[in-house]
Amino acid sequence: MRRLPLSLIIGGAITALLIGAALLSRVWTPADPTAMNVLNRLKGPGEAGLLGADQIGRDVFSIVMAGAWTSLGVAFTATIIGGAVGTLVGVTAAARGGAIERVLMAANGVLFSFPPILSAILLGALMGPGALTSITAIGIFMVPVFARISRAAAMQIWARDFVQAARMAGKGQALITVQHVIPNIQAQIIVQLAIQTGLGILSEAGLSFLGMGVAPPTPSWGRMLADAQTYISAAPHLVLAPGLAIAVAVLGLNLLGDGLRDLTDPRRRQAS
Amino acid sequence: MPFLTRSARRIGGLLAVLLIASLVIFLLIEAAPGDPASIMLGTSAAPDTVAALRAELGLNRPLGVRYLAWLAGLATGDMGVSFTYDTPVAELIGDRLLVTLPLTAMAVVLSVLIALPLGVWAANRPNGAVDTLASVFSQVGIAVPNFWIGLLLILGVALGLGWFTTGGFPGWGAGFAPAMGALVLPAIALAIPQAAVLTRVTRAAVIEVANEDFVRTARAKGMSRGRALWRHTVPNALLPVVTMLGLQIPFLISGAVLVENVFTLPGIGTLAYQALSQRDLIVVQNVVLLFTLIVLLVNFAVDALYSVLDPRLRGRT
Repeated sequence: MRRLPLSLIIGGAITALLIGAALLSRVWTPADPTAMNVLNRLKGPGEAGLLGADQIGRDVFSIVMAGAWTSLGVAFTATIIGGAVGTLVGVTAAARGGAIERVLMAANGVLFSFPPILSAILLGALMGPGALTSITAIGIFMVPVFARISRAAAMQIWARDFVQAARMAGKGQALITVQHVIPNIQAQIIVQLAIQTGLGILSEAGLSFLGMGVAPPTPSWGRMLADAQTYISAAPHLVLAPGLAIAVAVLGLNLLGDGLRDLTDPRRRQAS
Repeated sequence: MPFLTRSARRIGGLLAVLLIASLVIFLLIEAAPGDPASIMLGTSAAPDTVAALRAELGLNRPLGVRYLAWLAGLATGDMGVSFTYDTPVAELIGDRLLVTLPLTAMAVVLSVLIALPLGVWAANRPNGAVDTLASVFSQVGIAVPNFWIGLLLILGVALGLGWFTTGGFPGWGAGFAPAMGALVLPAIALAIPQAAVLTRVTRAAVIEVANEDFVRTARAKGMSRGRALWRHTVPNALLPVVTMLGLQIPFLISGAVLVENVFTLPGIGTLAYQALSQRDLIVVQNVVLLFTLIVLLVNFAVDALYSVLDPRLRGRT
């Protein structure tokens, strides 16, 4: 058996830990992540809980665990929706070509000029902050990302002999796309799902940091950092845990994506 | 295709995309709940006062007329008046750009200064110590949120070492050095994730070009390794690096909104964010369009740079 890429092992382990913590937080956390305890206010790690307590005495470790559910939930939902729409746009553009391809890719260009925070500012004006605003804003940005990648990958498949053969056999564009193109590009799409979920976590954290993410008291890593900034002199430990959680989660998903790419496309292993 | 026709077509495409984007922004802001006139006057205002203000602001005109009036205003530099600041929006944006533009420019320069040498060095000795360092840096740097780097810099450098300030901006009137000083930590926070992305791209591009025939020929003719690297490999590897720099602009702008917020800098990002929370929608509308324009212009410039960097691409669209 081929040796698994190191990045796949590390990334997979971190991602499994992240998903595990998120799921576990639904049934158990060391303390209630929303329970105030003024006596523990701003206490350091070890004095109150494993990672200390925040400005109203909530257990930081428990909020970080529960925050994993929020982050992963928002990022993954946005990536799945944006990824599905984007892939559909990409394979359609590759299959149809001509004017349809040009219009689709131009529309992509417009979407790509709206980074998540800008769409969130616009959508925030329209529907107020919240999980739905975050998911929509992040998902919108995922569409052109997946469209570009799937179009490029699909165009390579369209140039292959077996697709030519399928065309000779009288199969239509839609059938070829479903039977030949998508199965051959799905590995690349899955790699992107992992990497883009990581970027989605970064975007979600940014939106929550600005107060445009999920509404309190739903725990979120970004808002923990916004709160921590207020108490940065009195309780510097509050800055560390949520930031590390974000960085490790994103790192894990990126490594997982890289590892999957190496596994599914051995040619790239030497190149990168 | 002749150069002029091609340029005209590209500029036409840019304008078309900008027009579509402006329509999308306008419609979204129009659909936003809350009547600007009643927000400006507060909940206790009499209905006829609100009606009078609506007429004064031109809110009674049909949707299409207001959209065209906005575009016409933009063409003459008139973006309307912000009600929270009681200042013309164009003036407000101009002031704030004096913070955001130097900040992002500093971050871009810094990220290139980190990424180019690191990426080239790593590529030159694959699997060496520098290469390992570069790959750890690019993996970690991409994963770390820039606003968290900002908080860590405030904690470690500003509060810990007492270097630079924890935030705020003295204004350019306070002198060049204090103003630039206030931008150093935010620029570092903004630059690190960008540098991580660029390091990775630089390394990959240099490795790819180093295997090309013309580099091998140069080496075979007796050119030294270092000279071949800087004369032939690096200049040819710049294309993907510049492309990535262009593709990163939306992220740089998002990052600026966050980092300005961390360091309480009075930039465009803070303006957009504050305007949103105060429902000063005319400001939101214009700032978002400005951001879109910047992203599109940078992508346009990157496309134009291609033909400068790679003569083979001249004549292609």
